Amino acid sequence: MIDIEQANQETVTRMMAARPILKTIATARDVIPGMRDDLLLHAGPPISWENASGPLRGALVGALIFEGKAADWEAAEALLTSGAVTFEPCHAHSTVGPMAGVTSASMKVYVVENVTHGNVAYSNLNEGYGKVLRYGAYSAEVIEKLRWMNGTFADILTAALAQTDGIDIRALLAESLHMGDEGHNRNKAGSILYTAKLAPLIAQTDFSDDEKAKTLQFLGDNALSVLNPVMAGCKAMCDAGAGIAGSTIMTTMARNGTEVGIRVSGLGDQWFTGPVGQPDGLYFPGYTAADANGDIGDSTITETAGIGAFAMAAAPAIVTFISGTPELAINTTMNMYEITETEHTAFTIPALGFRGTPTGVDIRKVVELGILPQINTGIAHKEPGVGQVGAGLVLPPANMFEDALIAYAEKYL
Amino acid sequence: MTTKHEIRRGAYADSVILMKVQKGLAGLPGVDDAAVVMATPANKDVLRSTGFDLTGIDVGADDLLIVVKAADEQTAAEAIAQVDGLMKQRPSGGAAGFRPKSLRRAADMLPDASWVIVSVPGRYAAAVADEALALGKHVMLYSDNVPLADEAKLKQKARASGLLVMGPDCGTAIINGVGLGFANRVQRGRIGVVGASGTGIQAITVAVHQLGGGISQAIGTGGRDLKEAVGGITMIDGIDLLAADAETDVIVIVSKPPSPHIAQAVLNAARTAGKPVVIYFMGQFAPGQRLGNLAFAQSLQEAAALAVAPQGRDGGAEKDGNNKGYLRGLFSGGTLAYECVMMCQAVLAPLYTNVPVGTAQPLADVHASQHHTIVDMGEDVFTQGRLHPMMDGSLRLRRLQKEAADPDTAVILLDVLLGDGAQADPAAELAPAIAAITQARPDIAIGIILIGTDSDPQNSDGQIDQLEQAGAAVFRSVDGAAAMAIGQLAAVTAAASSVAPLPQTFAAINVGVETFHDSLQAQGASVIQVDWRPPAGGNDKLAAILAKMKGR
Repeated sequence: MIDIEQANQETVTRMMAARPILKTIATARDVIPGMRDDLLLHAGPPISWENASGPLRGALVGALIFEGKAADWEAAEALLTSGAVTFEPCHAHSTVGPMAGVTSASMKVYVVENVTHGNVAYSNLNEGYGKVLRYGAYSAEVIEKLRWMNGTFADILTAALAQTDGIDIRALLAESLHMGDEGHNRNKAGSILYTAKLAPLIAQTDFSDDEKAKTLQFLGDNALSVLNPVMAGCKAMCDAGAGIAGSTIMTTMARNGTEVGIRVSGLGDQWFTGPVGQPDGLYFPGYTAADANGDIGDSTITETAGIGAFAMAAAPAIVTFISGTPELAINTTMNMYEITETEHTAFTIPALGFRGTPTGVDIRKVVELGILPQINTGIAHKEPGVGQVGAGLVLPPANMFEDALIAYAEKYL
Repeated sequence: MTTKHEIRRGAYADSVILMKVQKGLAGLPGVDDAAVVMATPANKDVLRSTGFDLTGIDVGADDLLIVVKAADEQTAAEAIAQVDGLMKQRPSGGAAGFRPKSLRRAADMLPDASWVIVSVPGRYAAAVADEALALGKHVMLYSDNVPLADEAKLKQKARASGLLVMGPDCGTAIINGVGLGFANRVQRGRIGVVGASGTGIQAITVAVHQLGGGISQAIGTGGRDLKEAVGGITMIDGIDLLAADAETDVIVIVSKPPSPHIAQAVLNAARTAGKPVVIYFMGQFAPGQRLGNLAFAQSLQEAAALAVAPQGRDGGAEKDGNNKGYLRGLFSGGTLAYECVMMCQAVLAPLYTNVPVGTAQPLADVHASQHHTIVDMGEDVFTQGRLHPMMDGSLRLRRLQKEAADPDTAVILLDVLLGDGAQADPAAELAPAIAAITQARPDIAIGIILIGTDSDPQNSDGQIDQLEQAGAAVFRSVDGAAAMAIGQLAAVTAAASSVAPLPQTFAAINVGVETFHDSLQAQGASVIQVDWRPPAGGNDKLAAILAKMKGR
């Protein structure tokens, strides 16, 4: 019989030994495996147009407008429903994206290499706040911003990164956890660290002072600047632990706005899915839970890697999202130790005596104890293009862990 | 002096942690100085200025640099090998009031807990106990309705790991002065109790308290421990634990009637305890009132009284004999043989006889002894065509010489019956043979059970004189002779237990009934409550998969 403990240990050991380095920025079609001009990538498990939620539909449409393949919603929808343009999960292409996570062939992506094991992961560039594609906005101003980001902004970052051996994402995260971040919903410190690392490099580039200033301003103002490289870093770490025979460790968890899906190291590329939950959180003025879309985004790769809600004890300020107490943040992390294989060797929590973060969700423990992985998330408006309406906490459905356990039993027991 | 370094690429750690590790390394014997730092330019400058040579070391700001200056290469390498251990030395912090849901997590939160108290519904209890054992914890299993096969499996696993499983259905125990389950507040002292009955333990510990004594430990075994299927594992290991316990002077064991074979194993464990053991097997035939270090009580109250005043039992502790040879009992009186078998079968194994009772087994050939043997030579097979041995001792005399010639013989018991109708002078026939044996085999002890009065035609006094002068020990009843015989012989002990001494303080994890948690807390013990739920929310299909994955 397969040695589950050993397989799980190997999985988390590889996840934690992985050292993701942000190497450069490149065009999606040039680097992402299997990327094509008639392919769009999206967050979460596979989904049809019919079942896709508003923000995901809006982002798919916006990406086709950005690519110049469609002029408006009707044209884009025709391409997407006819099969002229197909869409597949980011996760099927070593990629992750926040919220709708839509990535098209001409978009620039962060290239993060796990220098320990050699695998590479990708993520698009963070657009900041307001009307953004990742929340399904596709108006002219959204496309305009995308053009600048995928143009000058990306060129400046590329030139800046070219002057280094890369930025160590794991080391940056370890430090930001000590500064009140949890790496998913709260990346204030990490984004400042990221900007601080890039600033002298950007200063050395040949672009105009105006362009450089605008780039620095954009990086510095956006408390989520570092989220996308962090997600690609987490993806690189999780992929290092994927495909270990007999392992019951979850190596993917992602939502497409309609369904949540997980994948398990020992069960290959098979998705186990369930309906998304409604986040329990705070809404921006003017919005209520009635406006909220189902949970969406690949950003749960952070929880999968051992940060995000799992590291909530490091980020007590995050509980303001749900009017909670700092004790809730501590207890959330304490609960996650119940369902994880190990404590992270690189990511530690000062408030818990520098204990490692709970790392490597073991589906056995989730099912046995009935404790679901906690997720910290932003809340999207259900109509495309409105944007973020709040933030909060959400739990994934239990059935996908149970289904995965049964599939495991069929495969191995 | 040598300097050795190690680089961990991209291994960020907080400087407070690193300073602690650095201090730990520098304090190791043979280490002159140590640095454990993130290799930022500033840190590297500090190292250079404090005499660390960094030439040729290619290290960047994201890398963890460990440098050790030590007396020699090996010391430096050993110091560097300590880094991971020192890094892990962190208090396992958490929020006050956080309730763990799993045993594993509770064990992390209260690492001093050496006991897990399980009172979940019976169908789940074995799995919880099994997990506790896997975590290296002793178990008190309060739950009942645990299958007997599960109990045996748990106890075998516990024994293999040097742990105790008290229960299932263990209602009472007192560990390090802390009462578990239903226990009385009795003073601490030097009497240890191992009991298969909760109320029995309560009655004895309370009686000891009232008699002015005190309890070191009271270990409950659960009511089925002494069944054949379980084999008395907890009782035997409990006795061994108390035997090795410096805080325990006297041991009391109490049980409803055990199976004869298990009773025998328990008594053998008790014989090797090296301290007085008071035994109360309710309704079980006691092989005399005293047997070496063993004293047999006839009531709970008497058990307590014997424990409090062991010196009242004419003499203190005696160790069992260490003679690995066998007993050979050659009897002319059938009832005397039967009583001797009754007594000896309680501890001697294997015991063969032509009057089998209890654990004694029938002889394959009544004319040939095997292992311990007691034979009634008044049986028909020996008297066909000859006189009863009470009148003609010649056949027994030949058998006596045969036993004396057996190198495995250690003790010989004979009975001598005087009175009208019996042989005129049995001692005159036996004494020369006994003298010859004591001469040739001084290692053989010979005991005589002499039944007769000084008014009998043979005159008991004269007979005793002759036999004692020949080298035999003469007893006037079977129990004295049996006690002598057993006292000579080594106890047969089962697989030696390896239960480690219990820790000095009591700390526990409680899984189940919350009042036990509150009771322990009220007694000042460290205790943590697990917020337990049936595995997989009670879904049997999923729980079965989980159990299978755990190899159960």
